[in-house]
Amino acid sequence: MNTSKVQRVWKRPPLISNKLLRWSLWGGAAIYLSIALGTMDINWQRAAEGSSRGADFLGSFFPPDFSSRWDSIVDGILESLWMTVTSTVIGIILSVPVGLGAARNLSYKPVYYFCRGILAVSRTFPEVILAIFFVKLFGFGPFAGFLALSVGTIGFYGKLLAEDIEDMDPVQAEAIKATGAGWLQWLNYSVQPQVMPRMIGLGIYRLDINFRESAVVGIVGGGGIGATLLTSFDRYEFDSAAAILLIIIAFVMVMEYVSSYIRRWVQ
Amino acid sequence: MLRLDSLVKKYKTGDMALKSVNLEIPNGQVLALIGPSGAGKSTLIRCVNRLVEPTSGNVWLGDVELTRLGSSSLRKARRKMGMIFQEYALVERLSVMENVLSGRLGYTGFWRSFFRKFPQPDIDEAFHLLERVGLDHMANKRADELSGGQRQRVGICRALIQNPEILLIDEPTASLDPKTSRQIMRLICELCEERQLAAIINIHDVLLAQMFSKRIIGLQLGEVVYDGPPDGLTPEVLTRIYGEEDWEATVERVDEDNLDAPADILG
Repeated sequence: MNTSKVQRVWKRPPLISNKLLRWSLWGGAAIYLSIALGTMDINWQRAAEGSSRGADFLGSFFPPDFSSRWDSIVDGILESLWMTVTSTVIGIILSVPVGLGAARNLSYKPVYYFCRGILAVSRTFPEVILAIFFVKLFGFGPFAGFLALSVGTIGFYGKLLAEDIEDMDPVQAEAIKATGAGWLQWLNYSVQPQVMPRMIGLGIYRLDINFRESAVVGIVGGGGIGATLLTSFDRYEFDSAAAILLIIIAFVMVMEYVSSYIRRWVQ
Repeated sequence: MLRLDSLVKKYKTGDMALKSVNLEIPNGQVLALIGPSGAGKSTLIRCVNRLVEPTSGNVWLGDVELTRLGSSSLRKARRKMGMIFQEYALVERLSVMENVLSGRLGYTGFWRSFFRKFPQPDIDEAFHLLERVGLDHMANKRADELSGGQRQRVGICRALIQNPEILLIDEPTASLDPKTSRQIMRLICELCEERQLAAIINIHDVLLAQMFSKRIIGLQLGEVVYDGPPDGLTPEVLTRIYGEEDWEATVERVDEDNLDAPADILG
């Protein structure tokens, strides 16, 4: 044994090696947070008064009234379902070429930037803002909601498709290319099998999202169950609103269960 | 016959992977290409079917000059070159049968291949090949359910169903255990003999190369430094190819009679 001991200390190197930068980031965050909390003006008296009124408000939700507005609830749900299914299908169909173009390992630089641009734009705006925009363009109703959800789907699905294609195993793709396959055959035999299970799962997940969003776009005039919900709020029919909310919750839970089941099955 | 005529590959990074390689491989010859990692073995065979574009030089397969072909004639030419890969490169989520039939993509129209309606003679040939390598009962298994040796046999079937004039084989045994490696090498050599195929086999294992091939090419930093029979691999030659090391154990010829009987191929 070597007895001439030299003590070598070891410490985990910090994530940010520049000491000044590290401490000023911590300091800056602490200062901002304390100022932000300090300026939050909470009026405790109003909050106390409001809580009793809130209880009354919530109380007026019970018992939920399914019967008096039943017909318009059914119409709203059907309209929402129509919007959900059509926008998911159309959105996915449109996002496939965009996603292929936006995959770095598949496309040429100009096409890549163009498709990435489309994805960036459609992902910048949340569905509500898209819906407001399309309501202004095409008027109230489910068509505006359908367009908003379709554009949202293109951004979501196209981006994830592109990323999944970029992550695929290049050797499998090389092997199919080496057989003399054409470009479409190459896509069908080497790219598609690699991305398909995840894309089916994401498609079903998007269906789920689009149903929930269909309730939101309705509130800004995009039709569907959201519009029904808004109407009942406007008329102070909180018991009907409660019924609608319960139905939405039930639908979302069923869809979530089905989608997780299908996703497990396709893996 | 395959002929490489002062073939050069310079990568964008400036690395000279191949420095003017000249090589002639007559029909029916199985050639082992040995050399250290980074010697350009993989680049060489990929320059033949242009998965990697050569920088200059010519490649002749029969009387077709490959380096100047446009994309559609390149696809036709690739049908005549079967490729076998190190990590098998099967499309993992496709069935064994689909993987074998993907070797016919260059001969099949898109819609036929899309609906998996391959011509009956192709299907007969696929079953015949699978039977030859002992996997016909696995036709409908997914490729990722197979063991390494089984996958490589499917890879061999995919290359052979192309009805190639030459096989390009990239480290066929690098992911296999020693026994399976020998079985696979023996299978490849038997099939080349049966069909009078030329083959370039990139291989790390000098002993395997000596055992199964009558001609060995030593590649070092993109240059051919040895071209001759397996027993010409003296310690000096191996030092020239790989660098200084004790080569005595490698030079001792392995007695092939001690190895597994050919019936094991089906095991």
